[in-house]
Amino acid sequence: MSDIPNVLTPSGLKRRSLLGGAAAFGLAVPFAGALGRARAADATPVKGGNLKIGMSGGQSSDSLDPALLTNYAPTLFNYCWGETLINVGLDGTPQPNLAESWTSSKDAKIWTLKIRKGVTFHNGQTLTADDCVKTLQRHMDPKTKSGALGVLGGIASVATDGDAMVITLSGANADLPLLVTDYHLVVQPGGGIDKPTAGIGTGPYKVGNVQPGVRYSGTKYAGYWNSELGHVDSVDVIVMNDDTARSAALQSGQVHIINQVDPKIVSFMKRNPRVVIETVAGRGQNIFNMFCDTGPFKNNDVRMALKLAMDREQLTKQIMLGYASIGNDFPINKAYPLFPSDIPQRTCDPDQAKFFYKKSGNTDPIVLRSAEVAFSGAVDAATLFQQQAQKAGIPVQVVREPDDGYWSNVWNKKPFSASYWGGRATQDQMYSTAYLSKADWNDTHFFHPEFDTMLLQARGELDTAKRAEMYHDMGMLVRDQGGSLLPFFNDFIDARSSTVMGWVTDANGPLSNYQAPLRVWLKA
Amino acid sequence: MRSPLFRLIGQRIAIGIILLWAVSGLIFTGTQILPGDVAQAILGQQATKDSLAAVRIELGLNKPAIVRYGEWLEGAVQGDFGRSYVNQDDIATAIGHRLGNTLFLAFWAAVISVPLALLLGMLSVLYRDTLLDRILSIVTLSTVSLPEFFSGYLLIYIFGVQLRWFPASALIYNGMGIWDRLYAIALPCATLVLVIVGYMMRMTRAAILNVMSSAYVETAELKGLSKFRIIWRHALPNAVAPIIQVIALNLAYLVVGVVVVEVIFVYPGMGQYMVDSVAKRDVPVVQACGLIFAAVYIVLNLVADVAAILANPRLRHPR
Repeated sequence: MSDIPNVLTPSGLKRRSLLGGAAAFGLAVPFAGALGRARAADATPVKGGNLKIGMSGGQSSDSLDPALLTNYAPTLFNYCWGETLINVGLDGTPQPNLAESWTSSKDAKIWTLKIRKGVTFHNGQTLTADDCVKTLQRHMDPKTKSGALGVLGGIASVATDGDAMVITLSGANADLPLLVTDYHLVVQPGGGIDKPTAGIGTGPYKVGNVQPGVRYSGTKYAGYWNSELGHVDSVDVIVMNDDTARSAALQSGQVHIINQVDPKIVSFMKRNPRVVIETVAGRGQNIFNMFCDTGPFKNNDVRMALKLAMDREQLTKQIMLGYASIGNDFPINKAYPLFPSDIPQRTCDPDQAKFFYKKSGNTDPIVLRSAEVAFSGAVDAATLFQQQAQKAGIPVQVVREPDDGYWSNVWNKKPFSASYWGGRATQDQMYSTAYLSKADWNDTHFFHPEFDTMLLQARGELDTAKRAEMYHDMGMLVRDQGGSLLPFFNDFIDARSSTVMGWVTDANGPLSNYQAPLRVWLKA
Repeated sequence: MRSPLFRLIGQRIAIGIILLWAVSGLIFTGTQILPGDVAQAILGQQATKDSLAAVRIELGLNKPAIVRYGEWLEGAVQGDFGRSYVNQDDIATAIGHRLGNTLFLAFWAAVISVPLALLLGMLSVLYRDTLLDRILSIVTLSTVSLPEFFSGYLLIYIFGVQLRWFPASALIYNGMGIWDRLYAIALPCATLVLVIVGYMMRMTRAAILNVMSSAYVETAELKGLSKFRIIWRHALPNAVAPIIQVIALNLAYLVVGVVVVEVIFVYPGMGQYMVDSVAKRDVPVVQACGLIFAAVYIVLNLVADVAAILANPRLRHPR
């Protein structure tokens, strides 16, 4: 995955957040458990109606080919017509979808997925294991432009075995079921090799009128196999990149659901009785990176001093207006499965910070680079942190960098800078992408052989309890020795009309992890 | 008597074509000197030396710029703008839909605002220095001064969110009936009318007033003609040239300058298409949009010139 964050879409989304966030935030489908969480009074779905969703993140250059997905709107529509082998459940664990069950060899290297029977594509063809194999093969092809190429990097081969498919890995990976939840990997007839943009899948809605960057519409597919999903007659995904246009469309009743509500207008929108705000703490994080191998940050006492000087509550309140959850200097929060919840939360302690800073012997000003593209509010956050550090006697100097070229000139080049991560589906993916010694994006220069060993061990560990313990130790290592100064994880803020029923709160991604059109129904 | 008129019009057309050709050169050069390599922009960080070379050959980027310019111009003259770098779509087809939408919006904004501006202009001359004239003056001054995004959002708030009379976003798609379309564009159309009607009305007023001070108007007054008749029969025809000029400029704005309106009303027109393409460095699309915008501007100015010449015989004999 070489999706370095250098592309800015009109909606202000960087590619990394999309690929990172969405690629990995992946997927989910509510089976019985999910519906159980919907409010009891609304529990019986009403069928029918035309559901309209206004979304930021869509361009006329978008394509229906799942391999090329980068924007929010086509990603959401992708789930309307296509389905993946496995879904991410609300608790972050893999849930059956087109694969109804799976087993692995003892060494977690060979995985057998049993493909569901009686599922048909929109063109009438029956789903076979061969379609599934070819789909993965298309995305694994080194020549592919697929955004899932990196996720599938550990797969040596895929083959059919009767009604099942067999995935052979080059190294043990207990998370394989979660890897194939990647949103690019919706199963297409014949793998979509001949016609990648045909929009033929097994999902609840058939592709209708599509104008990339403008509107995607789908109608209910009569032969859909899962009666628990897909309640409306038709779905319209309408691209609305302008924040104000989007919120006005919701408030005027023109659309039923919108994404990416600006925190600044949430309180204003809440005053409208027809609007309901849906927030959920996601895995995306805003972060200040220190290089563990450069300048004053080489000394762990300096890193510790800065971590202790940070007042996370104040930052969350003033910069994110409360729409964020507090970070603890390692990139995992409770949205991940096996989150080590017993790691103590670090709090602001100016005295301790002062102590560590004195101990480090450093006296030079500490230069922190920031720009608005790093994350919304990054410059203010840096300035506020400068004031907090002052209380501990640490001289921080904030340099405001131009947005243009920030990702190529500052991020991962300068020793202390603001950045953000979209999060990943699993702890393993997050750590492998940014904390493993040889990771391309090790943007804190965290080179720790012991950590690397633990990461590879945990990847192949099938015993959940043992794995959780390893993740606990890894979290502690990064928290106390790493270069991540991590004030908060962002919330996804969506809004819906009060006539939309059955909304499922899903931390795996925005808009009920892109499953809103499958899960909700309209009040009759 | 007829030949000098045709020669004049022919001259204007020739100038228009030369201008368009010059603009095409500017657009091509401009997109060439943009920072960054196109192949690199397409492949992103996954680029290897071989894949870069392959993409360059595929797009013909290995040829010298002047050759590429020639090929591009040759295609453009025949209505072939090539294919989008990003999704390989035929640009002419894609622009066809978009331009159609933009022209649809522009057409209705013009149909409403041009007669309205002329009428209001004449009214304010007729009731010059009365309360009506002052009210018209203040209202048009303020609508002209408000930026489109402000008046647009104001209309959205009042008529979309509060009153719920019109849709807040102008969603247009293929296969939509004409009445649904008109209903959908009500607010962006109103926004555009608010922006341009003021200019045209004030220009009309000024032009007529200018003529009103001439001797033949005085004669008409002495003949005892009614004020309305003087304005309609004697002043307006003589003021038509400058009015046509300002109308043409505003019509050009309706096509070329509506990017902001298209964005805030989520209207799938040319403006949005160009903004998307710039963000993705889709150079051929940007070039095509630029050329079409330039052509619209030049053609409308040409039409205005010719119309002014036809309307005012004195212009046919430049001194």
